[in-house]
Amino acid sequence: MIRDITLGQYYQIDSVIHRLDPRVKLGGTLLFIISLFFFQNVWCYLLAALFLAVVIKLSRVPFKYIVKGMKAILFLLILTVIFNLFLTPGTPLVTFFGGKVRITEEGLKLAVFMAIRLAFLIIGSSIMTLTTTPNNLTDGMERLLRPLRVFRVPVHEGAMMMSIALRFIPILLEETDKIMKAQTARGADFESGNLIQRAKAMVPLLVPLIISAFRRANDLAMAMEARCYRGGENRTKMKPLIYRTEDYLAYFCVALYLGAGVFLGRL
Amino acid sequence: MPIVLDHVSYVYEADTPLARKALDDICLEIPDGQFVGVIGHTGSGKSTLMQHLNGLMKATSGHVYFNGEDIDGEKYDKKKLRSRVGLVFQYPEHQLFEIDVFTDVCFGPKNLGLTQEEAEARAREALELVGLPEEVYRQSPFEISGGQKRRAAIAGVLAMKPQVLILDEPTAGLDPKGRDEILQQIKRLQTQTGLTILLVSHSMEDVAEYVDRILVMNDGRIMLDGTPKEVFGHVEELERVGLAAPQVTYIMRALKKKGLEVDVDVITIREATEEILKALQDRG
Ligand SMILES: Nc1ncnc2c1ncn2[C@@H]1O[C@H](COP(=O)(O)OP(=O)(O)OP(=O)(O)O)[C@@H](O)[C@H]1O
Ligand SMILES: [Mg+2]
Repeated sequence: MIRDITLGQYYQIDSVIHRLDPRVKLGGTLLFIISLFFFQNVWCYLLAALFLAVVIKLSRVPFKYIVKGMKAILFLLILTVIFNLFLTPGTPLVTFFGGKVRITEEGLKLAVFMAIRLAFLIIGSSIMTLTTTPNNLTDGMERLLRPLRVFRVPVHEGAMMMSIALRFIPILLEETDKIMKAQTARGADFESGNLIQRAKAMVPLLVPLIISAFRRANDLAMAMEARCYRGGENRTKMKPLIYRTEDYLAYFCVALYLGAGVFLGRL
Repeated sequence: MPIVLDHVSYVYEADTPLARKALDDICLEIPDGQFVGVIGHTGSGKSTLMQHLNGLMKATSGHVYFNGEDIDGEKYDKKKLRSRVGLVFQYPEHQLFEIDVFTDVCFGPKNLGLTQEEAEARAREALELVGLPEEVYRQSPFEISGGQKRRAAIAGVLAMKPQVLILDEPTAGLDPKGRDEILQQIKRLQTQTGLTILLVSHSMEDVAEYVDRILVMNDGRIMLDGTPKEVFGHVEELERVGLAAPQVTYIMRALKKKGLEVDVDVITIREATEEILKALQDRG
């Protein structure tokens, strides 16, 4: 039931995109997102759409699956469109209620661009998370942020915390599912009743869940200590990140995309 | 209240690359009052099957009938079903949450809409059945020992007075004494009240000792179904799917090879003792 959330979940399949170095994907996604905010004309958006389409095709993740994950933020999308549509000043196109509410030409344009921008942004970043395991992602992030260590930013610790947190999400979801079932078998009802009754019904779920989270955290800390974990200093990796030809090629493609964007933006 | 499964299949994570068939076309009938043991290799689908019996999981295809009614039918009262078919999960102690053991056991009966007094009476009865001493009733369920937690959790389901009791590995991680105690209490319950019991277990000895019928699961299917003697007669087939016959059966086979005239179908220690003594007497 709760496991249906696909946004940001890894999609297990083998593809060119899946095999890329996480640094490439992180950097590429970041550049792609930035490019979206500089693009002003239709050609640029067509370019971005083309770029996305090619990446999706290469990643072999079904488009349907990506869209399914987007349902969660559909509300946000609609809200943005409505605000832009009605609140942008400019030459009016249509007016309601004697001119009090109106849709302007600029507003319409902005709403459309904003919707496309947001949708591309989300699709772009979900492709990254769909094709990269959480571990790889944090590895890549740690490596990219490494220079910040000069300023005493605890990069390794941050990355470790993040990968543990990410690792725990599916475990806790599974645990929630299990406890929910166990309590349902004892006649608990999580679905009906008013707000207060429902909040009360959560107690038999939350107490065991929190206890189990603590238990797991404790076990994990023990296990890490038993294997002599002691932070990032002098620590080597079992699988160090190494760029391969494909990765350089991918960087080149991103650069090509940006170049084309700059060129089209001048039109 | 017989349970009938009609071509039940279940697929986890359907429509994703992780799709996995956990149950594959299961047909099954469990009559009233039977003590059924379910064995199978890890991941063979035992827990999945058990959760179909009280409507916690809905079959991807096929039907489950309880007392002749389809439990996934439109108007079927699932809550009532769950009070009739009690399910004790694997590691049930993880579901405890109340401030003390006694209140936790009351949770189930209270959900059935019983009054405080009735719920308490049932809780007391259930706690006695699982053999928990009175001094732990008012202790926090998080401060008692693992074995006591297990008993408290089983009591939580028993207090709902189900007609069918499903136990998913109730004795995993318990010491031998605690294991025997719990199983004996369950057996007594079955003979006294005519309860139907399904016991999932990894211990061939336990199953051989207590149940009337064994279901062997393998890869989402029911591979063997019969009395313990029948099932443990297929030693080679069991071994092929990572299971085994009880230890005594192997001893009897070895003895026979050595020339002692014993019956090799023996599955419990008690039977084995008798059989060996008889064989030795015959020898003179
Ligand atoms: N929540 C789940 N999501 C996806 N797959 C699952 C889930 N639960 C179980 N499975 C898969 O379904 C199959 C059957 O699992 P099940 O838990 O029923 O096995 P089991 O016989 O109870 O095993 P065990 O003896 O270890 O308890 C397994 O292959 C498992 O990987
Ligand atoms: Mg199981």
